[in-house]
Amino acid sequence: MFFEGVLPITLEQGLGYALVALGIALTFRVLAFPDLTVDGSFPLGGAVCARLIVEGVDPGLASACGMGAGFVAGCLTGVLNTKLKINSLLAGILMMTILYSVNLRIMGRSNIPLLTEPTIFTPMEQMSVDRAIPVIIFFLAVVAVVKLACDYFLHTEYGMALRATGDNEQMIRSLGVDTDKATILGLGISNALVALSGTLIAQDQGFADAGMGIGMIVAGLASIIIGEGLLKPKSVFRLTLAAVLGSVVYRLIIVLGLRMGLAPTDLKLATGLMVVLALGIPSLKRGKSSGKIHMRGV
Amino acid sequence: MPLEMLVLKDVSKVFNPCTQDEKVALNSLNLSVKDGDFVTIIGSNGAGKSTLLNCVAGTYRPDGGSVIIDGRDITKSPEHRRARYLARVFQDPTLGTAAAMTIEENLSLAELRGRKRGLGPGVTKKRRARYREVLKVLELGLEDRLRDRVGLLSGGQRQSLALLMTTLSLPRLLLLDEHTAALDPRTADKVMTLTDHVVEENRLTTLMVTHNMNQALKHGNRMIMLHQGQVRMDVSGEEKQKLTVREVVAKFGTTLKDETLLSAG
Repeated sequence: MFFEGVLPITLEQGLGYALVALGIALTFRVLAFPDLTVDGSFPLGGAVCARLIVEGVDPGLASACGMGAGFVAGCLTGVLNTKLKINSLLAGILMMTILYSVNLRIMGRSNIPLLTEPTIFTPMEQMSVDRAIPVIIFFLAVVAVVKLACDYFLHTEYGMALRATGDNEQMIRSLGVDTDKATILGLGISNALVALSGTLIAQDQGFADAGMGIGMIVAGLASIIIGEGLLKPKSVFRLTLAAVLGSVVYRLIIVLGLRMGLAPTDLKLATGLMVVLALGIPSLKRGKSSGKIHMRGV
Repeated sequence: MPLEMLVLKDVSKVFNPCTQDEKVALNSLNLSVKDGDFVTIIGSNGAGKSTLLNCVAGTYRPDGGSVIIDGRDITKSPEHRRARYLARVFQDPTLGTAAAMTIEENLSLAELRGRKRGLGPGVTKKRRARYREVLKVLELGLEDRLRDRVGLLSGGQRQSLALLMTTLSLPRLLLLDEHTAALDPRTADKVMTLTDHVVEENRLTTLMVTHNMNQALKHGNRMIMLHQGQVRMDVSGEEKQKLTVREVVAKFGTTLKDETLLSAG
């Protein structure tokens, strides 16, 4: 059957990677900062988590450490941009490149298998039901909590200052907000979510790999574009929902594409073309550049 | 409380120093503004009006001299640290408000000007009730549109909102940077009426830069004219009230450039 097993694998992957889309929404949309650290911070989460698990650390704690490492990486990108005045795209690329070596150092090799190690999924695997069911429920719970926490945070006094930093930096600075600090913190939070996703995916698929972050930005952007196409978000609540929904729909498209005979090695090409079309078509239609990769504020 | 709300001592600012494009924007400028003064600032393009405001606000750091607000030397404080003392309305209506955020969110951002921002909700029931009250002053019906995005408002509405936002947490000093220049004449009049109301009611010490000499004469209790980075003329009280555009032009016609004369018409 063509559609057999499509739903569970779509949900498992879509929700597993949804935190990446949420993180990218925070930077590209809320902060209007096109942060490319993601391709490095995603495997960073996986690397830290896998190494710690192999060293015997509790998987939950190892995941939290992976998330913390992502936070630090994001903050550093923010420092490169705000304090050293390095262009935002370049700051992200620099951090992504640096992290490639750092990840290899952390793992000590390019790949750490976790199949025989305890992970946060081990208790679920011991249940009598199909592994996918508890895993999907767990992912759904994590994503829901993170999404609602983001919604809450972005409506707090400080969270609103962060949104204003992306919307009108000059104005919020004149209202007494240190926008450098807000940018650094925003990038930290975003990459913490991305790295958390890296820890979950590494444990779910049973290995961490130095190359597991390649193309993560583009996949995340594709997710957001799809979600925005479906929901047309004009509020924080809908933006974060669009990121999650977009991530699931994106994975559905990928899964179906693979079933129809798309070679796995062509996935990044297909995803890249998807983003090019989504950003490019409006420009061709209206004859002006509306295909911005980052918009001001939400 | 010291009598002087703002003191500028020998403030200098040079752009592109030691190059062909060197431009002395402020030349050892001295100015002191009393608590409660409403000072209008005129001068031709390049006279240093905007630079003056930017040096007070902290957007630029002066090359020399000091800026003292309410007895505190803030010359070296970064812009976001001065926000406690200052509120500012920009010329461009899009600069004073955050377009993608709602009216109530913008008001909340402004209410917390210069204060510590925490992790409590930015818009509370109590705050919302207050915003609904204060918005009524504008008579624009915005009190019923608290959850509309500011980007949906017209330039005049946004500028009125920006002005109102400065009063939610009273500043020591209000800076108005040609805040009506981008508006059509009728809207500009309305915003100026609102400005007078806001300044009077809260007895705000105010600096207003304007290109429009009529406006500079009509509003405020003191007018200064800048030329080549220095205060060239300084009139206040009755003397200012009696002064006419014609007299100013007769006296300073050569130093004032064309567009100032035009907009005085």
